[in-house]
Amino acid sequence: MAHKDIQLDHAVILDLIRPQSTVLDLGCGNGDLLYLLIKERNARVQGIEIDEQAIYKCVAKGLNVFHGDVDSGLAEFSDKSFDYVVLNQSLQQILHVDKVLIDALRVGKKVIVGFPNFAHYKSRLQMFFKGRTPVTGALPYQWYDTPNLHFLSITDFKSYCRLKDIKIERSVYIGQTKMIPFLPNLLAQTGIFMISK
Amino acid sequence: MNKDKVIKNDGVGKVRSQVFTFDSLKLENAEKLGPVSLAYETYGSLNKDKSNAILIAHALSGDAHAAGVHEGEDNPGWWDEFIGPGRAFDTDRYFVICSNVLGGCKGSTGPASLNPKTSKPFALEFPLITINDIVAAQKRLIDHLGIEKLLSVVGGSMGGQQVLAWLVKYPQSLCSAVPIATTIKHSPQQIAFNEVGRQAIMADAHWKSGNYYEGLPPSKGLAVARMIGHITYMSDKSMAEKFGRAKKGIGEPFKFTADFEVEGYLRYRGDNFVKRFDANSYLYITKAMDNFDASGGKRFEEVLRGTKAKVLVISFKSDWLYPAYQSKEIVKACKLAGVETTYCEIDSTYGHDAFLLEVAEESHLIRHFLKKVFYAYEVTGEYGA
Repeated sequence: MAHKDIQLDHAVILDLIRPQSTVLDLGCGNGDLLYLLIKERNARVQGIEIDEQAIYKCVAKGLNVFHGDVDSGLAEFSDKSFDYVVLNQSLQQILHVDKVLIDALRVGKKVIVGFPNFAHYKSRLQMFFKGRTPVTGALPYQWYDTPNLHFLSITDFKSYCRLKDIKIERSVYIGQTKMIPFLPNLLAQTGIFMISK
Repeated sequence: MNKDKVIKNDGVGKVRSQVFTFDSLKLENAEKLGPVSLAYETYGSLNKDKSNAILIAHALSGDAHAAGVHEGEDNPGWWDEFIGPGRAFDTDRYFVICSNVLGGCKGSTGPASLNPKTSKPFALEFPLITINDIVAAQKRLIDHLGIEKLLSVVGGSMGGQQVLAWLVKYPQSLCSAVPIATTIKHSPQQIAFNEVGRQAIMADAHWKSGNYYEGLPPSKGLAVARMIGHITYMSDKSMAEKFGRAKKGIGEPFKFTADFEVEGYLRYRGDNFVKRFDANSYLYITKAMDNFDASGGKRFEEVLRGTKAKVLVISFKSDWLYPAYQSKEIVKACKLAGVETTYCEIDSTYGHDAFLLEVAEESHLIRHFLKKVFYAYEVTGEYGA
């Protein structure tokens, strides 16, 4: 791949997506993932992003983006209008997670979710030994200044899927620079799931 | 934000308006109007395959003079900061056209023009024109210039209404559309403000049912209409920042003089406007805006379906005359119709006027959007940028 320094989560998601697909990225940030999907997968893509400065970066890349919040942005898409709906590092910042996930599963044939694992051992140690809200590489914010509204673990997400009858098609667990092959709820900083209903 | 704006010189320099006259136009209400003249200006040059033409549609009080300066004048055109070498509408790359609307009073056929049947000004004999008629006249101009397909049609406010009309009426004739701070159709509030403006004009004793061309024009009425307009173009915050409660403090104290800065500003704006605008044009054009419904009574997404044009929708946070929710309705319809769309709500305190004033942000969006359409790439730049 010609692009240097691709984030590991982006590389993982790229692997999950078939060529020529249609992709909706909820919380697409500066559009890096969408950029890769066009270059590497020849995908047709649409982003939704709340941050105005990020919108300017997306537009400079030539991407189609809607300025708006994810919570209200999905309702207007028809059923199964995208092959994939991506929620990478945005799930934990959404107000109504349950509603958005159900809507994402309606709009996308498959949904890819990536989130920081709150049960990573470093977080556990900080909680257990220091009695402090964890601040780690994957969760870099202080409790009083964080965009994150929800804190979930890999195990939490799996049990949510079981409860809601959501099929987990693939799951990939990563640290900062490498895959985590075992004990993901303890060792992985980030969980990436491909789910469908 | 990517500050890649390089202004190479002072814009397009000296320009002059031209006039295109054609025999007649069949109006939406089935009446025939003719001959019809349109005043227009162009900037930059048309390329060989005529693929670089952009039509800019002006707002209520605008005209064909969008950029550059006229001989012997100081003030540049109304969107000068956006048009020129290296600017959003880069005249080194694109051929930019702007025409005065049908019904206007700045060189195009309107109520102040001579009625060929009577050799007197039309006044209220002028037919009730629509935004679709305005656009149909523009299409004649574009045909006359030999352009089959416009690279883009762009405009704010009433200009945005024209953009939507182009998108619906001539989807094959444009590659992209940029409706800015506009709406599919006016809300009761927007109609109400226009109606107060019209009432002010018609309440002026000089109006005489529109037959004032041989005497004094209804200047007071038109000035009040313009003052109301200016209030709706600003925001609470932009007014507070611009004027505060500052008093002018000049002259002898007298009851009901323009004590506050804001009063003086509105009077100045009103008085200036009557020097350059025809009251009957104001009536006709505001009525065209109020009557406009881009969806033609259907659902807008149904009307848009099948459109290949790419769309960039822009709104402004503090715009309460054309609020962001109206732009979002355009975006929603585009979404449902499967039209490739980008939407940005620019964080501005200027109110509706922002579409003329937020140069950096708006230019960035327009510049990159036009490039994408013109060079037909999917993506550009670098990962991580």
